[in-house]
Amino acid sequence: MFDYISHDHEHDGIDRRGFLKCMAWAGTGVLWTISGGVLVSKTLVQIAKAGGSLPTATDLSFLQISDSHIGFSKEANKDVTETFRIALDRINAMPTPPSFLIHTGDITQLSKPEEFDTFDEVLKSCRTKDVFFVPGEHDVLNDGGKLYRERYLKNVEGKGSGWYSFNKNGVHFIGLVNVLNLQAGGLGQLGEEQLDWLENDVKGLGSSTPIVVFAHIPLWTVYPQWGWGTSDSERALGYLKRFGSVTVLNGHIHQVLQKVEGNVTFHTAMSTAFPQPAPGTAPSPGPMKVPAEKLRSMLGLTNVQYVHGKSALAVVDSNLN
Amino acid sequence: MFTLIKTQKYSALLFASSFLFLANFALGQDEKEASAASPGHNQIVIKDFDFSPKTLTVKSGEKITWINRDDEPHTVVSVEKQFKKSSALDTDQEFTIIAGAPGTYTYFCSVHPKMTGTIVVEKS
Repeated sequence: MFDYISHDHEHDGIDRRGFLKCMAWAGTGVLWTISGGVLVSKTLVQIAKAGGSLPTATDLSFLQISDSHIGFSKEANKDVTETFRIALDRINAMPTPPSFLIHTGDITQLSKPEEFDTFDEVLKSCRTKDVFFVPGEHDVLNDGGKLYRERYLKNVEGKGSGWYSFNKNGVHFIGLVNVLNLQAGGLGQLGEEQLDWLENDVKGLGSSTPIVVFAHIPLWTVYPQWGWGTSDSERALGYLKRFGSVTVLNGHIHQVLQKVEGNVTFHTAMSTAFPQPAPGTAPSPGPMKVPAEKLRSMLGLTNVQYVHGKSALAVVDSNLN
Repeated sequence: MFTLIKTQKYSALLFASSFLFLANFALGQDEKEASAASPGHNQIVIKDFDFSPKTLTVKSGEKITWINRDDEPHTVVSVEKQFKKSSALDTDQEFTIIAGAPGTYTYFCSVHPKMTGTIVVEKS
């Protein structure tokens, strides 16, 4: 059994007020579509139930995968390579392949070269070849992210510890790093240098440019007691306030959570490796053990679609069942 | 304040206990044979994203071993960089240091910075 959240932002994507917070367990994949500036997500299961087709008249469709944790082999999932492979199979089976993938970090469990090797090898089976990465804390454990940057920033102009931006179909994408130089007692952190870069990066953009920001740790305060937030994300979001459509995609918490605040939609994706407990429902945020037959319903992907001229992107989560 | 003598634990012990025990934290990793129950050897268990005990009081020259009992990697990092940080400790892996100069030392997990702990070192 799983629940999902489905938002239709098309009618009020720009002047939405209030605060919408929902949480959903889904399976293994979220399809994000950018539709007139607002991201819309649908689970792959939803898509399948709807007859296997994606929303029509889409200008851009991309897929978010997250938290593969290659190398993890504990009770919660003894074969994370296999579930990652299944996630890629789902992508390959999509009737309309996504333009590219975004991986929101924790590629590996322990930042080991052989774990990165396994990930890269399995990723080769994906028909969609264009992949954009941001690191999770598990990818930068012992070397400050050196190995990660050598491998995963080849297609972008990585700045500082690896942040960058790029444009696709009129949408401005920003990949941020919030897992390095963390301070005792604190949360995720972007840091001065990256924030200055961000301010400059968006300065020349028109306010109607749809923005997609992706980073590993949530850029909104999900649950600070478990470190699920980014201490200086407010400043980053301040630079994005004037834009009509901002979609923030994160990983780290291994479950679907969504919040809409003004023109900003925050969304976290499922992991392809193991679920984590809902905020505050367990002694710690460690890997959650579920019955074997339930596991794949709690792993997933996110698909996003954009249709030019609409205010919201469509974001669709789907599980690996 | 701290001297690192990585892996050379016996020389570190000798060094620390002979004439510099008031001024050094000697570090030795991979001391798997160390028993937490032995006199002068203190253990901090990492479980459920927490250090236990959260504050540990030891005497100069005593060993302190952290052991990770989570399914998640953790690190031990001195807030004031007073001793060399551990590498990422996977499940059941340990990290050991030897207490040096009396004082209060705070540390945290650099992977999950909400996790913090304190070591109070007293004169032996």
